Amino acid sequence: MTARRLPSGGSTIDRSRPISFTFDGAEVPAFEGDTIASALLANDVVGGFRSPILGRPRGLFSAGTEEPNAFVEISEPWFEPIVAATMVDVVDGMAVRSRPGVGRLRASPESRPLEHRHAHVELLVVGSGHDGFYPARDAAGRGERVMLVDQHRTIQRGAGGDFVAEGVTYLTRTTALGLYDEGYATVLERAAELDRLWHVRAKRVILATGAFERSIAFADNDRPGVMLAYASWLYHVEHGVVPGSRAVLFTARGGAYGAASNLAANGVEIPAIVDVGMTDPDADLIDDAEVLRGWVVSGTGGDHRLEAVHLEGPDGERRTLECDVLLVSGGWDPNLALWRAIGGGVRFDDDVHAFVPTEGPPWLSVVGAAAGEVTNDAPFWFVPAEDTSRHFVDFQRDQTVADIADALGTGLRSIEHVKRATYIGTAIDQGRTSGVLTAAIVNAMLGEHAGAQGPSNARPPSVPVAYATLAGRFRGDLFDPIRTTPLHAWHVEHGAVFEDVGQWKRPRFFPRAGESMDRAVERECLTVRNAVGAMDASTLGKIDVVGPDAPAFLDSMYTNRMSNLAVGSMRYGLMLGLDGLVLDDGVAMRLAEDRYLVTTTTGNAAIVLDRFEEWLQTEWPELRVYCTSVTEQWAVVAINGPLARDVVDAVGTDVDLSREAFPLMTFRDGQAVGVPARIARVSFSGELAYELHVAGWHGPLVWDAVMAAGQAFGIEPYGTEAMHVLRAEKGYVIVGQDTDGSVTPADLGMDWIVNPSKGDFIGKRSLRRADLVRPDRKQLVGLLPQDADAVLPEGAQLVLDEAAEIPMALAGHVTSSYRSPALGRAFALAMLEGGHAMHGRTVFAPLRDRVLACTVTSPVSYDADGARRDG
Amino acid sequence: MLLIPCPWCGPRDEVEFRYGGQAGIAYPADPEALSDDEWAEFLFMRDNPTGPFAERWYHVHGCRRWFDAVRDTSTYRFISSNPPGEEAT
Repeated sequence: MTARRLPSGGSTIDRSRPISFTFDGAEVPAFEGDTIASALLANDVVGGFRSPILGRPRGLFSAGTEEPNAFVEISEPWFEPIVAATMVDVVDGMAVRSRPGVGRLRASPESRPLEHRHAHVELLVVGSGHDGFYPARDAAGRGERVMLVDQHRTIQRGAGGDFVAEGVTYLTRTTALGLYDEGYATVLERAAELDRLWHVRAKRVILATGAFERSIAFADNDRPGVMLAYASWLYHVEHGVVPGSRAVLFTARGGAYGAASNLAANGVEIPAIVDVGMTDPDADLIDDAEVLRGWVVSGTGGDHRLEAVHLEGPDGERRTLECDVLLVSGGWDPNLALWRAIGGGVRFDDDVHAFVPTEGPPWLSVVGAAAGEVTNDAPFWFVPAEDTSRHFVDFQRDQTVADIADALGTGLRSIEHVKRATYIGTAIDQGRTSGVLTAAIVNAMLGEHAGAQGPSNARPPSVPVAYATLAGRFRGDLFDPIRTTPLHAWHVEHGAVFEDVGQWKRPRFFPRAGESMDRAVERECLTVRNAVGAMDASTLGKIDVVGPDAPAFLDSMYTNRMSNLAVGSMRYGLMLGLDGLVLDDGVAMRLAEDRYLVTTTTGNAAIVLDRFEEWLQTEWPELRVYCTSVTEQWAVVAINGPLARDVVDAVGTDVDLSREAFPLMTFRDGQAVGVPARIARVSFSGELAYELHVAGWHGPLVWDAVMAAGQAFGIEPYGTEAMHVLRAEKGYVIVGQDTDGSVTPADLGMDWIVNPSKGDFIGKRSLRRADLVRPDRKQLVGLLPQDADAVLPEGAQLVLDEAAEIPMALAGHVTSSYRSPALGRAFALAMLEGGHAMHGRTVFAPLRDRVLACTVTSPVSYDADGARRDG
Repeated sequence: MLLIPCPWCGPRDEVEFRYGGQAGIAYPADPEALSDDEWAEFLFMRDNPTGPFAERWYHVHGCRRWFDAVRDTSTYRFISSNPPGEEAT
């Protein structure tokens, strides 16, 4: 039916199922089981590709993963930016276009369905040829879990054909992308319905990855129609296709004669075999073929397709032969890409004239052709010539023998340097047809032994793989877990705008219809300052610390004393790293003599718990303390504002809320709205405040009751943005926003919380280190922009002299910045060198379009004497 | 992906663990008695050998227990592991 398809044969195609696809817009008929490459070849399309840098016409060079020329973008029925045409099975209706070596992403690519799967096996075998198949079968016979993968569409035990051994998980059209420590492998399966990335942990791995045919470098060896000899054999056996009508073989290997005789037997004219070596195969296999021993191909002719080869004899004689195919074989090179990427060694074996494996990881072995079971004759790497600037070595990088000579001419000697000077081996084919050739040419040009330097290293993934495949289904909502509080549904219903805090969704503000964020935050702040607001504080990290040694343990973890805290009381605490720098803050509630509830910042809950565990397990295993995360067990409703007491009273509780009976920084266990509740008097706004801690499942009930009871007092919900403004007005820092891992308690003006008399605590000794007591350290200050409406950008740098030359000496940076409704102006917190002694001075924030002058102040800009917190 | 032998859970993937640095660096009994140099030595200075290296690991996404392990830094292979302060198994 097509030009180059034979009337019969082809082990992988189904002639009863004709299909078609488009290549660069033109319809191409194919059979099911064709690759894009075999279908193109069957339609006598050999070229149609271009080299990425020089734009030279290029054609199909191989039949497998080593393909350096024929790359396509798939646009239908799925999108794939770039893939070798030799590796894609045609699907009816598929649309592909040729791509020079670089892929292009779509703005929103629809990839194939993807999934990841994990497997644990005793044995993973890569490559299902004879040498891989039998070890897999034998291991399965011993009852081991075995996975056998092959990148071809069928198991390759013999000459094609499906063959399944019982107990073996065998995956076809599957490529091992990489091997990693201790038998970990990533394996990409291109199943009919989806792409599946396997994560395999194997006790043993056997590589039966075969060998790649070696090319030979000669002038214009990249013309379409020049092809590896074995590739033509494969196209015939698997797809019933021959590559042309008149073929010449150029070989350094007697074994390659078979490829020519195979074509001859199928009607392809073979005018000559150019045998550069003096091998002595049975040349009578092919009638009429002239065997030119000691000759070389010195060049090719033709335009977009090979039309002739120029030959040169041992005594300088020249001939030209017409042909449309030139088969090339320089020999076989074991495919050791996976072996070498995991640290396996190689040496050049002078018997087989190839790099063969030496020592590797104990769990990994190599068998068959990959292990060096190949037959080569004396190697021949490139045809000597005056001008080697069209002797292509790496087709995808358009690099030639002359380019290698140039690199060596600059004084480079290492193959790794040559690689980086020429980029040979760095394209997406990873130099599978150029790596060994380049090493051999470098060694020859340096006058060294053929194996003096091995090829440069390959790295995973062994074939191009889309990021979408690596991501699998972990995209969109599944990219990262989303944590919501028991009150989340209410927030959604009431139009909250959320922000991400760690993995939590927290309401940032609750806009009314048509209200901007600034207006909403201003309203929420004023509501708290003037009446009462309610906030969902459930995300605060909560750790239950219990045991007879809990008081002593917490004394060691916090800068202040927790052991003398009375049951029923709570205390703010600061936690340092061993280096004396602020790590986290929170409040400890003493629930009983031997029990505390410790809160952490929302984003640090897991870090603090891990830290507790680390000290308890590794340094003080004798302490009798247990720590349990209870963050998600509690819903916390924070009620802040001068009318907070009235609201809690209206909600209904058996706890005496009076100022005398229930002072600040104490808590009471009782009930609210008829459910058990822990009520705490703790304020992060500076206003009178209560927190209602209830079981998570009671959260919605209590929140609804608070909002209902609070209606009479003008209650409104507020979000994290208003919370930030309110706390910044009070100069309360947020660890991780106002601190950045380089800040001491003294830098924050919080010496008061460091208790040097209580004995040792984590970080204490570091606070005396010379660098931590420098007077010119950055210290927390408040800033009032002299333009009261100018809100400084957070992160803005501060300088002392606005007229200084650029680069200016930086004196600090803005950490928090807002417009304060209570103050009626913009304000900020900043870390400023020597800032504690600079109150009243002016500093400058040079911005892109203007310089803002700011007055340095105390960080506390609202209610400095704390008159409001008791209501 | 290292295969890390948790003494309690057996061999598990590296992603379940957190690295804890060199093992056997005890917190000083009396930090206040140390000079700045001695404290800095404890705080910052660690060995970096080629070959077997005693390390701390934390099975953070598993049993949440710390343990010590000896790993060959030239091959990444684990040689042994044991609960903190106990003999290697």
